[in-house]
Amino acid sequence: MNYLRLLVAFLRVSIIGEIAYRVNFIWQLFQSILSLIVSLGGLSVIFSYADTLGGWRPEEILALVGVYFLVGGMIRLIIQPGMEQLIESVRDGTLDFTLTKPEDAQVIISIGRVDIWRLIDIVLGLGVLAAALIGLGGKIGGWQAGMFILMLVAGAIIIYSFFLILATLSFWFVRVENILVVFHSMYEAGRWPVSLYPGWLRYALTFVVPVAFATTVPTEALTGRLAWETSLVAVVLAVVLLMLSRVFWKFGLRRYSGASA
Amino acid sequence: MKALVELYMQQFKTTLASMFQYRASLLIWMIGQVLEPLVYLIVWSIVSNTSGGSVGDYTTREFAGYFIVLMLVNQFTYTWIMYEFEYRIREGILSFALLKPVNPIHSDIADNISSKLMTLPIMMLVAVGLAVAFQASISPVPWAIVLFIPVLLLAFVVRFLLEWTLALAAFWTTRVGAINQTYFVLMLFLSGQIAPLALLPSPVQILADILPFRWMIGFPVELLLGRLTIVEALTGLGAQVAWLLAGLVLLRIVWRSGIKIYSAVGA
Repeated sequence: MNYLRLLVAFLRVSIIGEIAYRVNFIWQLFQSILSLIVSLGGLSVIFSYADTLGGWRPEEILALVGVYFLVGGMIRLIIQPGMEQLIESVRDGTLDFTLTKPEDAQVIISIGRVDIWRLIDIVLGLGVLAAALIGLGGKIGGWQAGMFILMLVAGAIIIYSFFLILATLSFWFVRVENILVVFHSMYEAGRWPVSLYPGWLRYALTFVVPVAFATTVPTEALTGRLAWETSLVAVVLAVVLLMLSRVFWKFGLRRYSGASA
Repeated sequence: MKALVELYMQQFKTTLASMFQYRASLLIWMIGQVLEPLVYLIVWSIVSNTSGGSVGDYTTREFAGYFIVLMLVNQFTYTWIMYEFEYRIREGILSFALLKPVNPIHSDIADNISSKLMTLPIMMLVAVGLAVAFQASISPVPWAIVLFIPVLLLAFVVRFLLEWTLALAAFWTTRVGAINQTYFVLMLFLSGQIAPLALLPSPVQILADILPFRWMIGFPVELLLGRLTIVEALTGLGAQVAWLLAGLVLLRIVWRSGIKIYSAVGA
C-alpha cells in the first residue's frame, strides 16, 4: 500500500513537471499516430493480397498491433525511464541519494521516473484493441479475457525483470544504454506474431530478448490459440525472472561504491 | 580541390580510428538495419506462399532477393545526420565546426563513408547468409549491373543532400523528432521498404514517382533485380539527377538562411 502511495506521488510530480510543456502532448500524439499509421498501412497492403497471415485473420493481427502499442507504451511509460535513470545514476554517483532513502531502493528506482506522455500509446493501443475486439465479435469468452490479462501481467513482469537485469549490468559496465537500443529494434519485430519467423529468430525473440511474451503470447490468449504449456512457461518464467532479477540487483548493489567516494 | 582531397584523407583517418573504438555501437545499428527488411521479407514470403507462390509479379524467392538487395542499398545510402545535427546545435558544438574554413558537410560525408567501409563487409556476409537461407533469386541483366553503379552513387548523394538539408531544420525548431519521424514514415511507404512499390495502390505509386524517396532506395533495387526496361532506367537516372540539382539548390538556400539565425547556446 505504501508503494502505491509512492507511485501516486511520483506520478503527480511527473504530471506537474510536464504540464508546463503542454505542447509536448500534441507532438507526442502526432508521433504516436504516425507510428500507428505505419502499422495499419502495412497491414492494409498485406491483407489486400492475402486473407490470412500464417493462420492469423486481419482482426487478430489488429489485436496484436493493439497489444504491441499497449505494452510498448507501458515499457516507455514507466519501465524504461526508471532503468535509464538507474544507469545514469550509477555512472554519476547520484544513486547514493536513492540508497539513503528509507524505502527499498529497487522500488524507488523502478517507479521513480515516469514519462507521462506515453499514456498516449497506451490509450491508442486500447483503442486499436477495442476495434479489433468488435471485429472478432462475440468469440471472446470470460476465460480468454482472464487469460489475456494474466498473460499481459506475466509479459510485463518478464520485460521488467529483463530490463532490471540489463540495467544492473551498469554496476560493471559503463555503456549499457546500447543494449536498450537493441531491445527496441527487436521489439519492432513484435508487431507480427513470432510464429511467422523461422526457428532461430523465434527462439531469439522468445528467450534472448523476451518480445514474444510481451506481445504474441497475450494476443494468442485473447484469440484462443494459446497452448496451456505456453501459458505455464510464461507464468513460471515471470516468477523466476522476477526473483532472479532481485537477487542480481542485490548482488550488483554490493559492488557499487559511489562514483565520488 | 587539392585542399579538399587532403581534408577528406585526414578525416577518413580520424573517423576510421574513432569508428573502430565504437564498433559495438556500429554493430547495434546494424541489428536494426538487418531486422527491419528481414521482417518484411518473412511476412511477404508467407503471403506469397499462401497465395500460390507469388504476389503480383514477385515469386517467394524474388521477394527474398528484393528485400536482401534493399537491405544493402539502404545500408549503402543511409545517414544518421538528422539525429546528430539537433545535438550539435543544442549543445553549441556547431560553433567549432563553423570556425573551420570549409563547410561542415565535407567532414560529415567523410564520416559517413568511413563508417560504411567498416560495416559493409559484415552486411555483405549477412546478405549472403540470408540469400542462402531464403533461397533468394536475383537474376540481373548485364547492362543493369553497369548502370547500377552510378545509380547507387547518385542515390547515396541525393539521400545525403536531402537528409543533411532536413537536419538543418534544427536551426529553427527544437522539435526535430516529429519532423524526422514524418520523414521516415513517408520513406518507409514511398521508397519501397514496406513492399515493392509495384504492389502498392496506384495513387501511392504516382506519389512515389514525384517525391525523392523512390529514387534513393527502391529504384536502385528494382534496377539491379532486372525489373526495369532500359527506358525506365534512364528516366529514373534523369529523376535522380533532377533531385540532385534540387538538393544542391535547397541545401544552399537553407544553409545560408539557417546560419544567419544561428546563435550558439552559451555564446
